[in-house]
Amino acid sequence: MAIAFTLNGKSTTVDAPPEMPLLWVLRDELDLKGTKFGCGRSFCGACTVHVDGEPERSCRMPVSRAEGKEVTTIEGLSEDGAHPVQLAWQEIDVPQCGYCQAGQIMSASALLASNPAPTDDDIDEAMSGNICRCATYSRIRTAIHRAADIAQAPSATSHETATGAGGSEA
Amino acid sequence: MNAVDKTGNLSRRGFLHVTALAGGGMLLGARFPLDGARGAFAATADAETALNAFIRLTPNGIATIMAQNPEIGQGVKTMLPMLIAEELDIPWSQVRVEQADFDATKYRGQMAGGSMATPMHYESMRRVGAAARAMLVEAAAKEWKTKPEKCTTEAGAVHFKNKSLSYGELASAAADIEPPSPRTVPLKDAKDFRIIGQEIPGVDNPEIVTGKPLFGIDVTVPGMKYAVFEKCRVHGGKVKSANLDAVKASPGVTDAFVVDSAAQAGSAGPSMFQVAPPNGIAIVGDSWWLINEARSKLEVTWDEGPTASQSTAAFDRRAEELSKQAPEQDLRNDGDAAGALASAAKTLEAAYQYPFLAHAPLEPQNTTAHFHDGGLEMWAPIQTPQFARGDLAKALGIPEDQITIHLTRMGGGFGRRLYWDYMLEAALIARQAGVPVKLVWNREDDTRFDYFRPGGYHYLQGGLDEAGNLTAWRDHFVSFGEGRRFAPSAEMMPNEFPQGFVPNFALQASKMPLGIPTGALRAPTSNAISFVVQSFIDELAAEAGKDPLQFRLDLLDSAPAGTRTAFDPKRMKAVLELVRDKSGWGKADLPEGTAQGVAFHFSHRGYFAEVVQATVSKEGELGVDRIWVAGDVGRQLVNPSNAVNQVQGAALDGLGQALDQEITFDGGRTNESNFHNFKLLRIDQAPPVEVHWVMSDNQPTGLGEPALPPVPPALCNAIFAVTGKRIRSLPISKHDLSWT
Repeated sequence: MAIAFTLNGKSTTVDAPPEMPLLWVLRDELDLKGTKFGCGRSFCGACTVHVDGEPERSCRMPVSRAEGKEVTTIEGLSEDGAHPVQLAWQEIDVPQCGYCQAGQIMSASALLASNPAPTDDDIDEAMSGNICRCATYSRIRTAIHRAADIAQAPSATSHETATGAGGSEA
Repeated sequence: MNAVDKTGNLSRRGFLHVTALAGGGMLLGARFPLDGARGAFAATADAETALNAFIRLTPNGIATIMAQNPEIGQGVKTMLPMLIAEELDIPWSQVRVEQADFDATKYRGQMAGGSMATPMHYESMRRVGAAARAMLVEAAAKEWKTKPEKCTTEAGAVHFKNKSLSYGELASAAADIEPPSPRTVPLKDAKDFRIIGQEIPGVDNPEIVTGKPLFGIDVTVPGMKYAVFEKCRVHGGKVKSANLDAVKASPGVTDAFVVDSAAQAGSAGPSMFQVAPPNGIAIVGDSWWLINEARSKLEVTWDEGPTASQSTAAFDRRAEELSKQAPEQDLRNDGDAAGALASAAKTLEAAYQYPFLAHAPLEPQNTTAHFHDGGLEMWAPIQTPQFARGDLAKALGIPEDQITIHLTRMGGGFGRRLYWDYMLEAALIARQAGVPVKLVWNREDDTRFDYFRPGGYHYLQGGLDEAGNLTAWRDHFVSFGEGRRFAPSAEMMPNEFPQGFVPNFALQASKMPLGIPTGALRAPTSNAISFVVQSFIDELAAEAGKDPLQFRLDLLDSAPAGTRTAFDPKRMKAVLELVRDKSGWGKADLPEGTAQGVAFHFSHRGYFAEVVQATVSKEGELGVDRIWVAGDVGRQLVNPSNAVNQVQGAALDGLGQALDQEITFDGGRTNESNFHNFKLLRIDQAPPVEVHWVMSDNQPTGLGEPALPPVPPALCNAIFAVTGKRIRSLPISKHDLSWT
């Protein structure tokens, strides 16, 4: 069945069973591998994408529900990797294995779109559906605050270092 | 690549090898025995023939350094090239890093495990860089008709008086220089380091944050089909019959067949990470999702085999019975533990237990396998490619040199990908299907068919004298295994703390047979033993009426001079004192319901002492407020950014295990299946983790594992300090923590 939606700003039509989850359409039909398979039951958030600007777990969303909608994946979050969240993630050196980070970044960018200056509690609430098995959670919090700063003042100088060589990090 | 090929200063300990690049520039390879290689690691490769590093230096001044080890998130793809670049004396901005394939003829120690990368490679990788630098200097000195000793290097260029030549300009000339002996080439003094000790972000970060295909699960090969593999839910069970025709008729399915590797040539080899021969039903097709859906149509008759009688409840009962019998074997006997317990002023007894655990890396197991041109090409997230290849060759009955393994970035390892069962499955399926296949497990497969951290049981007795000093320790360890052999990772070191620090020490063991596969989980054995030992130490401190941290310091002082202990007590005391000071131990004015607990553990050559501060409401609701970590991994952190990240992650990993993780079995089947019933830590449960270092004058060692083990006992000890309740079994979520 032909299903049409906007993917990363471009009109896209796919021929897929309507109940096939968007995740597998993205990964295996459209060869966009950035959106990750972690659990298949929306427990882990590795498959998070934006649908009409809202974070969605693509592993449980039938592709038919994307009909006519705007879908954004990690590949389309910015043209050149310069979204404030992507910049902050690199500056704070968040990733360990990196597998969950596309989902984390999609959840974080959706949070900042609706709440430009989130508190730690706001972050914990918005991000608790995204598991990081390496537990980079401290840096995820730091990076979201940093991204908020970058978004508000793109030329702002860096936060106090996140990683204090030989010292401490909280 | 052409012509000039020089091999420098052969020594029995290692040499370098230079080749001119066809387009200009030089390629430097090196082969060394590895620092600190020992035991199984030393035995796996031929130290005299393996090349273990490459630098490619091109006329544009860019040094491309091959990252030889598998990257599982431990940061080694950034760290090993940093070591080379430091001694090469080139700015990090002129370094490119490429992931090497597995190649036993070129590299050594291509393994992710045991926190071994730093101790194995810290010096040898630097020597590779230093040798390349020496060749560039000599090429420049020749050009200027001066002596190499009069030249200096800085920022990717050689300088002499007011002259300078960039490495790019010198690269081709350097290819004609005889490489120096890596053993004698001088290394920088640490005070001159420009890269080692800097916070260098992970080299793959730009690709990670933009969603580039990096991981095994992202691999695509032309003509490839997808595969899933249905196994008997009872561990070790086998297919008797199945409705393959019905499954073949399902949408998207192109093939379905039984895989029984016992029918294949060869058998699994005797490596330390041996896996069981696969048995199950492969479904192959054009869409992973469709073939995974088709699994629901399978009707299979299984021969469940002997493990169907095994369950967690039966293990618990049998352990209790064994605890009342004489132990099967003595692992260690110092002094007279029984006599000392009988005459002690005070004695304590406690039974501790911990559950099986899954690794649950977020990227499910997968491998892409392609038979072509008489060989097998694989793309796999694998921590142990050298073990895997040798064993795969035996199991598949094909020569080892006909198997190519491309190393992909891994979505976590934690020890799971030491075992290569999914690679063998993919190879068997690809061979039988006659097409390249990408096998991808679903999360349920990954949770159920793990090589689990084994559970265990400890029946402890401790004795104190009138002054509250520990005089006797006895542990009857009930574990898994048969005969003299423990199941993998179900063993215990005979010199486990407090051995050597207590005059009368007995460690004894009994075992139960186990049909469920077990294996190494991050900080293997330590991740469980630390909970038991550091909790019971805390009980003894309370019984002695002493501060639990001071009790530990005193105990670390108690080994008689000349005693051979498993670790250096001075280094452990130093981290304990540091974490005491940083956490405000005993001084902080904490509200009612809030308390701190402490624990330390030595593993993987690292010294770690940690304090956990927890709050427990009277209704029993637990919150973890903060974790302080003090660690000693020697005189140098190679990459402090990654070091802190690893330690924080390991500490929170330990927290997640302690809070809410267990794997249980009924009828030989794993009960847990996904993240709703095997619960990983989430951000709203993750407290701040403060990391502090003791920079002791010792060789740098690894950080992937040793920060984990102290967290579970430190947390349980904090819970006791609030509630008066001892947590003697994990996870904590099974206990009622309410108090009055």
